[in-house]
Formats: sequence, C-alpha cells, structure tokens
Amino acid sequence: MELTELAECVTSLSCLVTQSAAGLTIGMLLFLVASGLTLIFGVLGLVNFAHGSFYMMGAYFALAAYGVTESFAVAVLAGIVGAALLGLVFERFLLSRIYGQDVLMQLLVCYGIILILDDAVKIIWGADFRSMGVPDSLRHPPFIIAGGVVPYFYAILFAITAVIAAVLAFGMGRTRFGRIVRAAAINPGMVGALGINTTLVYASVFAIGAGLAGAAGALSAPIRSVVAGAGVSILIESFIVTVIGGMGSIGGALAASLILGFTRSFGSIGFPLFVEGAMFIIMALVLILRPSGLGGRRGS
Amino acid sequence: MARDILLAGVILAGFLGLEFTGLGSSGLLDFAIRFAIFGLLAMSLNLLIGTTGLVSFGHAAYFGMGAYSFGLLMQSGGWSIPAAIAVAILATALLALVVGALCVRLSEIYFAFLTLAFQMLLHSLILSWIGLTGGDQGLMGGIPKPAFWGIELAKPAHLAGFGMFCLLLSVVLLRQIIRSPFGAALRMLRDNPDRAGFLGLSVYRYRLAAFVIAGAFAGLSGVLMSLYVSGAFPTFAFWTTSGEAIFMIMLGGIQVFLGPLVGTAIFLLLNDWITALTEHHGLFMGTILLIITLGLRKGLLDFVMEWRAARRRAAP
Repeated sequence: MELTELAECVTSLSCLVTQSAAGLTIGMLLFLVASGLTLIFGVLGLVNFAHGSFYMMGAYFALAAYGVTESFAVAVLAGIVGAALLGLVFERFLLSRIYGQDVLMQLLVCYGIILILDDAVKIIWGADFRSMGVPDSLRHPPFIIAGGVVPYFYAILFAITAVIAAVLAFGMGRTRFGRIVRAAAINPGMVGALGINTTLVYASVFAIGAGLAGAAGALSAPIRSVVAGAGVSILIESFIVTVIGGMGSIGGALAASLILGFTRSFGSIGFPLFVEGAMFIIMALVLILRPSGLGGRRGS
Repeated sequence: MARDILLAGVILAGFLGLEFTGLGSSGLLDFAIRFAIFGLLAMSLNLLIGTTGLVSFGHAAYFGMGAYSFGLLMQSGGWSIPAAIAVAILATALLALVVGALCVRLSEIYFAFLTLAFQMLLHSLILSWIGLTGGDQGLMGGIPKPAFWGIELAKPAHLAGFGMFCLLLSVVLLRQIIRSPFGAALRMLRDNPDRAGFLGLSVYRYRLAAFVIAGAFAGLSGVLMSLYVSGAFPTFAFWTTSGEAIFMIMLGGIQVFLGPLVGTAIFLLLNDWITALTEHHGLFMGTILLIITLGLRKGLLDFVMEWRAARRRAAP
C-alpha cells in the first residue's frame, strides 16, 4: 500500500490530470464492451458469456488489417465490422436457438463458443502474445495540461470512444430503429404484431453489441497485448460494470465504467496489488446497498 | 423425436468406440484417481445446478481453495493428512459462506456471473500473492504425504483407493442430503421459490446452506487433486475448470442423481482421446459441447430416462 503517494497525487494538479486522462480512456474502452453486453441482455434477455471473445476477435482483426494496410483507421473499422459479422453468424446459427431458455443453456453454448474461438485464434495467429504498437502516424508529443502529461494516443482513443458512445446514445434514444429496439426489449410480441421483423431486430442488436466489443478490442490493440483468452478479464470487468450500473441501463454502464476506470488509474498508484480487489469491494457495496445498480429501476 | 434418438445413438456409439481404441489410455489407476476427483467436483456442483436450481459458474473457486489450503497446510509441516483435509474443507466452506452470502439472494443471471467474478478474484489473488502461493508457477516443492492408518498416499494404488473411497462416501452423503427433508426443500426452491417462501421457508438460508455444502465437497475434490499432482496450480481456480465441471454435468444429465458421474467418465475419455489425436483441444470440445447442447438440449442420461418414460407411456 502506497497510500501516501496516492494522497500526494490527488493533491498535485499535474498528477491528477495525468491519472484522470488514463482513467477516462480506460473507462471509455470498458464502456464500449459493457454497453454491448448490457444492450444484448436488455433486448435479447441473453447473458453473453462469450462477449469477451468478440473483444479478442476485434483486436485480432485489427491486427491483421493493420499488418496489411498500415492504417489505424482501417484496422479499427476491420475490428468493428469483423466482430459484428462474426456476432451475426453466431447469433443466427447458435444463440437464436436458445432465446428464452434457462441460464444453464446460455452458459453452455457461450462456453462452447469461447472454446472454439480461443482455439481458432491460436490456429490462425499463433499462441504468442502480440502487440500492434502505437501506429507511427499517431506518434505525436503528448499534451501538457496544467503540468500533467496526456499521451496523444490516449486523447485520440478518448475522442473515438466518446464519438461511438454519442452515436450509440443518439441511435438508441432518437432514431426510429432505437425506438423499435427499446420496444422489443419490453414487449417483443407486440412489436412483431405491428409488422416489424423482430428476428432482424434481434440479429442487428447482437451484431451491434458484438461490434462494440470488437471496437474496444481494436482500439486497445496498440496499448495492450493481444493473446488468445484475452477476453476473459474484460468480460469480468464488464460484469462488474453491469452490476454497478444496473442491468440493461446504458447510462448506468457509462457511470460504472468511469468509476472502474478511475479506480484502475488511481489504484495503480495507491494500491497496485489490490486494484482488482477494490473493484470487487465497490461491486459488493453496490450489491448490498442498491442491488438493482446505480441506473437500474428498483425492484427489477 | 426419431432424429433425436438417432443423434443420441450416434454419440453413444462414438463413446463406446473410444473405449476400445485404446487411444490416450494412461493407465487404469490414473483414470480412477482422475475420475474420483472430477466425479466428486461434478456431483457437488450438481447439488447446486440440478437439485437447487442455482447455476454457479464459479464452482472451481472451491476446488482451488481446497487444493491450495491443503497444500499449504501440508507444506507447513506438522499436520497429519486427515487433520489437514478437515481444515482444508472447513476453510473452503468458509469461503463458500462468504461468497454465498453475497450471491444467493440475487437473480439467476446475476448469480451465474457473480460466482464467476468471485472465482476470478480468487484466481487473480493466487497469481498476485506470490509469496504464499508461488504465483503462476503454482505451489512447488511437492506435498509431503506421511502415511496414516496404514494408508500411503504416495503410492498410486493407495491414492486411487483413497480417492474412490472419498468419492463413494461423498456420493452416499449427497444422496442422504438430497433424500432428506432438507433436500426436498431444495428441490422446491428450484421449482418454485415463491411458493417455498409463502410456506415459510427461508429461501436465502436454504440456498446458502446448499451453496456451502456444495463448496465443501468441491473443497474435498480439490484436496484430492493436490494429492494427485503433488502441488496446486492457479488453473484449478480458473474459469475453464468451472466450465469443464458444467460440461461434465451436461454430458451426463442433471436430473438423474448419478448423471454427473457418467458425464465425468465420458468427459475424461473424450479428453484423453482428443488430446492424443490433436492439439486443437478447444475446437473439438467446443463443437461437441454445442452439438450436445443444441442437439439434445439435455444430458445423455436425462435423455435416456425421458425416452424410456415416453416409451412406457406409449406402450398399452
């Protein structure tokens, strides 16, 4: 425990800025994954235990595209589209068969998908740790704000994730498609009776969720190592986000992701070995004090 | 229905075929020990999934806890094996009590992923507390196995016998638990928790009790595992171990009492066979899992029992 260092950091403006920037970026990346998870659950009633695998696939797709084109934009796009298409295939052929079934079924099918994807990745890309590295075109001197260092690439990441989050919020809240999705979450039978193809809605929601996870995977490929099985830790963190934020609540997921992002960035100074433990303590507190989560409706 | 029966027949024939190919057979004793370990793990998990209706995805936490606490006690010296086993089971039950107290009041979905999350917390704790657990190297240096009551666990034959004895004892105990009024209450919680609550049962306490009992038996299976490999490794508490336990239950069947044991045998044979044939273990296991889950939608024994029941009904 280096709590004195944490206290020093919180009182010094430069350290505060640096750690806050890192916390925001980590939190927003986590939000992309967790919002996909909560969206899929909210509409399809399915706990996607294989969600972390789409994150991993996004990272690998980005890595492959970057190797060919050397363009980070193309890489991120490849990660999003690749994960979304993969999600579409899995939804159509496997997961759509278990809608409305008990959790055990969902768990087993997702476990099967994880096993297959982890192995497929090892066959195609090998079992070694890989990293994309920050692309040359995005290597710029860091911003200095109030004496704090904000890496240029982190700022880019934050901007991209913020845009994606804004598009998601606008799409769900203001468009016709978003209204259909929200209606299908509440009463799919009625939506179908009104002449809307709910199968298509379900498939596209799953693809969007998988695409969001893929986006996070692709965006974090330059700063984290890419390896088979990398999806599990982000899956656990997304679960924690859903518990803290409330199942099915996008706003709650945003707040919870940022809380965890800040816990991670400041925790790495104050209690580096206990960061994960701290996240669990926050989660346990929310469970005891407000079981439906920050953004969840009571009684749900 | 006819198509389902055909599918079940093909799968069964495949398993029978496996037994006689001799591929990956690593000795009968070895198989017996592993069967005792994983059979016990699967049976204990089925007390939660099949009997109580609590789908835990974090059961390997108690497997790992049992293995590590037993290994650490034995390495500290001065402990006899029976005493260390008892303390390890107690420690595991205590962990299950803490996690269960937080988790069992939650809805089905939260329960599944919170048990998973707490298991991963234990896993990362094992990885980062290197001074105590050896980190990702695992508990090295071997586990001393002093003889007790004329049993020398250092000998594979004795270990297999001891494992089988533990399995048998646990199966009898679990059967008593499930057949008792307590077990009847658990089944009622599975089928209709609201009604159980109206009748005045404390849903929370019964679920917690089932969770702790299942955790304690998983702890015993972890103890056997650490005796078998003479150490303890972080993968014991990794989520894949939980997944494998659920896979075993699914293979055998959740509604038949001994289903998990059948599933364990099938899983181990399948595992040895696939490992001997190919390094792409996950690809094959995942595909088989998907075929069985989406094709049969229940375990093999469940399937056989329902088929027999249906045939009996159809007969005049």
